[in-house]
Amino acid sequence: MASVSFDSVTKRFGDFTAVSNLGITIGDGEFVCLLGPSGCGKTTTLRMIAGLETPSAGRVMIGERDVTFMHPKDRKISMVFQDYALYPHMNLADNIAYPLKVRGESQEKRHARAREVADILKIGQLLERMPSQISGGQQQRTSLARALVYPSDVYLFDEPLSNLDAKLRLEARGFLNHLQRDLGMTAVYVTHDQAEAMALATRIAVMDAGIVVQYAPPLEVYRRPATTFVANFVGNPPMNLLPVEAMISDGALHLKAVGLATAPLRVTRAAAKALESGKSLTLGVRPEHLSLASGGEENTIAGQLFANENMGPEALVTLEREDAARFTARIFTDEMVALEGRVTLGFSSDHIHLFDERGLRLPLDHEED
Amino acid sequence: MTRYMSLYFTRIGFSVATALIGVFFALPLVWFIFAPFNPRAELGLAIPDPFSLSNFETVFQNTFALRGLWNSLLQSVGGVVLVGGGATLASYALSRSPIPGKHIITYILLLFSSVVAGSAAMVPIFLIINGMGLIDTHIAVIMVFAGGLLPTAMFILRDFIDGIPRSYEESAMVAGASPVQAFFDVALPVIRPGVVVVVVWAFVNIWGSFLIPFILLRSSEKMPASVAIYSFYSEAGTPIVTLLAAYSLIYSLPVIALYLFVSWKFGFRFFGGIKA
Repeated sequence: MASVSFDSVTKRFGDFTAVSNLGITIGDGEFVCLLGPSGCGKTTTLRMIAGLETPSAGRVMIGERDVTFMHPKDRKISMVFQDYALYPHMNLADNIAYPLKVRGESQEKRHARAREVADILKIGQLLERMPSQISGGQQQRTSLARALVYPSDVYLFDEPLSNLDAKLRLEARGFLNHLQRDLGMTAVYVTHDQAEAMALATRIAVMDAGIVVQYAPPLEVYRRPATTFVANFVGNPPMNLLPVEAMISDGALHLKAVGLATAPLRVTRAAAKALESGKSLTLGVRPEHLSLASGGEENTIAGQLFANENMGPEALVTLEREDAARFTARIFTDEMVALEGRVTLGFSSDHIHLFDERGLRLPLDHEED
Repeated sequence: MTRYMSLYFTRIGFSVATALIGVFFALPLVWFIFAPFNPRAELGLAIPDPFSLSNFETVFQNTFALRGLWNSLLQSVGGVVLVGGGATLASYALSRSPIPGKHIITYILLLFSSVVAGSAAMVPIFLIINGMGLIDTHIAVIMVFAGGLLPTAMFILRDFIDGIPRSYEESAMVAGASPVQAFFDVALPVIRPGVVVVVVWAFVNIWGSFLIPFILLRSSEKMPASVAIYSFYSEAGTPIVTLLAAYSLIYSLPVIALYLFVSWKFGFRFFGGIKA
């Protein structure tokens, strides 16, 4: 096991900058998820650790080794590919044992080791089969087994679960979490599924347009998203974002928008300096922090009922405001929520997020530490 | 009811018509199979009576013709090895490496190949081979065939390799394989169906080709079967049908055998056909 660090790494493809001035460090034994929409540079970042892409500038280190220009075979890494990349002409035993074969292990030894790993992953009875003869979930496990068959400094995962159906994906996710607890491996995991990142990572690097916008533990990313992009990307359904106007009176901040009533807020002294009346801000409230309220109170937002989706343990209530902006609340109840016409949703000042006009987080008073 | 009847007769009419067309095209093949065993074969179709191998006996006494078969084999195998090996390596490189303008390179080569393999370039080719002092050698024939067939072979194979995900080789390299190991362990077995197609295609092309060996070779003991077949024409230029038929059958056997072998061993798959 070893750490991985990027030293101002940039990767360009022609005129397109895929990754820009990346400088994160992945600690020894950490499970880091690179999270972002497609085209944000997360896969390119992973492939630079693997040596399948070479940085245009900067250095990549694995432990104390500068691997920037090192061939993939010398990096002591394992990788699970999105399409699994199982060799169609080899049976599972030979597929799993291939890394040992190129290392010159005897047939007997490598098959014994392949069986060992396959048994852990519960595909031991399939070793004689060809990749085309097993299911998608089993193929995924086989590619995982091939990555685990020899000790590596870093384990790389390129959206390994995205080709599985929803139920299998949950199962495989739980298994990966278990594996990480067992092995304590250094892992870098690329995904566009925020739930996967939340569930697996010790730290999440949220990427947007080649830049890491936030690099923090999952709960921190969830509780204090650094930008509106992160706020919108993490959480399901995503955070409600509403453009508001700032009003400063008596040293307290009021937010103005149609159908919105907020209690006066206190922002940190540092943040207050940048604020003045009339500035446009963005208010964010997570759906799970909204509840049904009656009109006229403080910290409420009102609008016409747009949708009322009952999910079993919870209901998603969406209201539409006069400016066509929508607000969704997750109401935790297994009762049918009976609603009609005008709906008011309430929230607490403790669960408000504020972002400035550039989309950057404004720390509120109660968050000051 | 009449609607069904008319449909019925349309179907019958259609079947009869297609059957007749089929028979028309099958007749030469039937002749091709029967005539060699008929000691009195003529250009007309006849069932051998008596059924006899005497035509073959006469053919096997013609050493020039027999040596022709051996020469054909020599030149075809030589050409196939060059085309197969060269096209595999070249098209793999063309597919995987970021050479700027590689598509244009392939298209230009493809354009030239049709010129080289065609008869238009026979005079310059003869002059080049003559200048190299290679006239009347097997290697000259093999090289000219390889040069003519390689671009098309590369074109077919590159298309095939383009369709194969790079993650195969990438996963091999991450697992510790050198690029050469990744090619031989992983890429080559995966692209083998494409290579087989190219090999069969090249073999058939060289095996049946007349003009290039006819022009580049002088001595009768180096002529391939496609040229040697003319030894079954009389001085006046009329074919000796019985011997010609027998020799033609022998001449076509290797190609049929190759097809059967390949479809038994690999099955024919032109595009894709790789299931991960």
